[in-house]
Amino acid sequence: MTTMQASNQTPRWERLRSYLSRSGSLYLMLIPAIIFLAIFHYYPMYGVVIAFQKFNPGLGFDKSPWVGWYNFEYLFAIPDLWDILRNTLVIAISKIVLLQVAALVLALALNEVRSIFFKRAIQITIYLPHFLSWVVLGGILIDMLGSRGLMSSIFRSFGFDPIMFLGSNETFVPTLVITNLWKEVGWSTIIFLAALTGIDPTLHEAAAIDGASRWQRILNVNIPGIASTIILITCLNLGGILNAGFEQILTLYSPAVYQTGDILDTYVYRAGLISAQYSLAGAIGLLKSVMGLILVVTAYWLADKFSGYRIY
Amino acid sequence: MIESRSWSNRLFNILNHSLLFLFAFLCVLPLWNVFSVSLSGRAAADGGFVSLFPVNFTIDNYTEIFRAGVVYQAFWISVQRTVIGTFLNLVLVVLTAYPLSKTVKEFKGRNALMGYVLFAMLFSGGLIPWFLVINQLGLINSLWALILPGIVPIWNVILMMNFFRDVPQELDEAAVIDGASHWQKLWYIYLPISIPALATITLFAAVGHWNSWFDGMVLMSNNTQYPLQTFLRTVVVEQNIQSLGIDMSVMEQISNRAVKAATIFVSTVPILLVYPFLQRYFITGIKLGSVKG
Repeated sequence: MTTMQASNQTPRWERLRSYLSRSGSLYLMLIPAIIFLAIFHYYPMYGVVIAFQKFNPGLGFDKSPWVGWYNFEYLFAIPDLWDILRNTLVIAISKIVLLQVAALVLALALNEVRSIFFKRAIQITIYLPHFLSWVVLGGILIDMLGSRGLMSSIFRSFGFDPIMFLGSNETFVPTLVITNLWKEVGWSTIIFLAALTGIDPTLHEAAAIDGASRWQRILNVNIPGIASTIILITCLNLGGILNAGFEQILTLYSPAVYQTGDILDTYVYRAGLISAQYSLAGAIGLLKSVMGLILVVTAYWLADKFSGYRIY
Repeated sequence: MIESRSWSNRLFNILNHSLLFLFAFLCVLPLWNVFSVSLSGRAAADGGFVSLFPVNFTIDNYTEIFRAGVVYQAFWISVQRTVIGTFLNLVLVVLTAYPLSKTVKEFKGRNALMGYVLFAMLFSGGLIPWFLVINQLGLINSLWALILPGIVPIWNVILMMNFFRDVPQELDEAAVIDGASHWQKLWYIYLPISIPALATITLFAAVGHWNSWFDGMVLMSNNTQYPLQTFLRTVVVEQNIQSLGIDMSVMEQISNRAVKAATIFVSTVPILLVYPFLQRYFITGIKLGSVKG
C-alpha cells in the first residue's frame, strides 16, 4: 500500500516540478502586472463601497459609516442626475454619428485620390490634431473663438456680430461636436481606408467595363465592400455612448453652459474633487461604471455576432 | 487600373482634390492662426488684427517665456515622466503579453489570468476611488503618481499578445529543442521580431504621457510640480498668466494673448518634432489593432 502511494505520488511531484521548470517563469513575468493591477485597478474597485457610505477620508474605505442606498435615493430625487445623463447622451451620440459619417465620406474621397504624394500630404495634415492634447487644442479654440480671435474677425468682416460659441447654451454643444470632429475625423478615416484597400480591384474593373461611373462605383462597389467595417464600428461605438469627452469639456466649459454641457464625468469631478462630496460623486461614478461595463460588453458581443470581431 | 479620361471623370478629380485641400487647410488654419498670433506684436495681437501671417513680427513672446524660466521646470517634469513612464509601460506590456500569448496547455491558469487583466480594462472604480487610493498610498505630489497608476496599458498588452501569437510556431519550437528558456525565447526571438509593434506602442505611449494633464492637475497640489500640459492649462484655460513668472514691467510691453499663444507652441514642439516619424508607424498601428480572424 505504502509503496503504491509513493509510486503514485512521485510521478505527480515529478510532473509538477518539470512543469514549473518549463513554465514557472511565465508566472514570474506576470507578477508585476498582477500587483500593479491589484493596487491601481482592483483596490479602487473595492473603493466603490464609498457609494454606500458617508465616506470620511480619515476613516478610509473600511471604517466609514454605512448608509445603505441613501446616496442613490438622494441622487434619484434631485434633477441633476437626469440633466447630466441627458447631456452626456446627447453630446456623445451627436459626436459619434457626425464623426463616423464624416470619416466615411472623407475616407471614400481620399481613396479616389491617385497621386500618392497628394494623398500623403492630406493625411499627414488631417491626422495632426489627433496627436495634440485637449489643453493645446482648447487653448487654441479659446483664443480663436474669443472676442479678439479669428472667428470674431471673420464675423465682423461680413458685418455680423461675433458669436461667443463657448459662452451660450445654444452654441456650446454644436461647438463641442464640431471641434471633436476637427480633432478626430482624420484619424477615424484610417480604419475605413484600411478596409478600402482590401476591396478586390477586379470588382472595380468589372464595373468599369459595364460602364459604371466613378460615383456608381463608389456607391455600388466601395460602400458594400466596407459594409462589414461600418457595421463593426457602429457596434463598437455603442460602448462609448457614456463618454462625452471629459477632457474636452473640462477644458472648454464654464458655469454659463452647465445647463447643456455638464456631463457625468465633469459632475463627478466637481462634486468629488472640488466640493469633497466623495460619497455622492462615488455613487454617480459607480452608476456610470456599471452602465459602461454593460454597454462595452454588449458592444463587443454585437461586434462578435455581426462581424466576427474579437479583441483576442 | 486605367481611369477614363472623360470630362466627368476630370471634373470629379478636380472637385475631389479641391475639397480635400480645402478641408486639410481648415484643419490647420486654427493652429496656423494662433502660431501667427504668437509671433505678432502687442498692438496687432491685442487688437485682433492677425489672421494668416504675423503682424509686426517679433519673437519677444518666446524669449520672455524662456527668460522668466518657470516653464523649464514643467518641461523637465514632463520629460522625466515621458521617459520613465514610457520605458516602464513597455517593460510591463512585454512581460504581461508574453505569458498571456501562450496556450492553456503550456501555461495553466492562463484563461483566469487573462480574465483578471481584461476585467481591469472593462470595469473601473471611477475617478473618486482612483484618487482616494493614490492619496492613501501617499503618492500625491510625487512623480510616481503620474507613472504608476497607468503602468500597465491593458489595451496595448492585448495588441502585443495578439502580435506574439502570430510569431511562427516553428521558431518557438526550434528554440525549445535548442534548450532555450522562456526568458531566452522572449529576448532572442520574440522581441527582435516585434520591433515594429514595440516601436508603435512606444511612440503612442510617449505621446500619451506627454499629452496627459488631468492627472497632473488633480494629483499635484501646486503648480511648481505640474507637468508641462497641466502648467499650460493654468496659463491658457485658467488664464493665470502670472504663473509664467514674467516681470510685470515686461508684461506691460507685450501682449497677454500673444504670450499665451507662444506658451501653447512651446509645449507642442516635442509632439511636432516626433510627428513626422510617427507617420510610418501608423500602418503597424492599424495592423496591430485590426480585426483578428
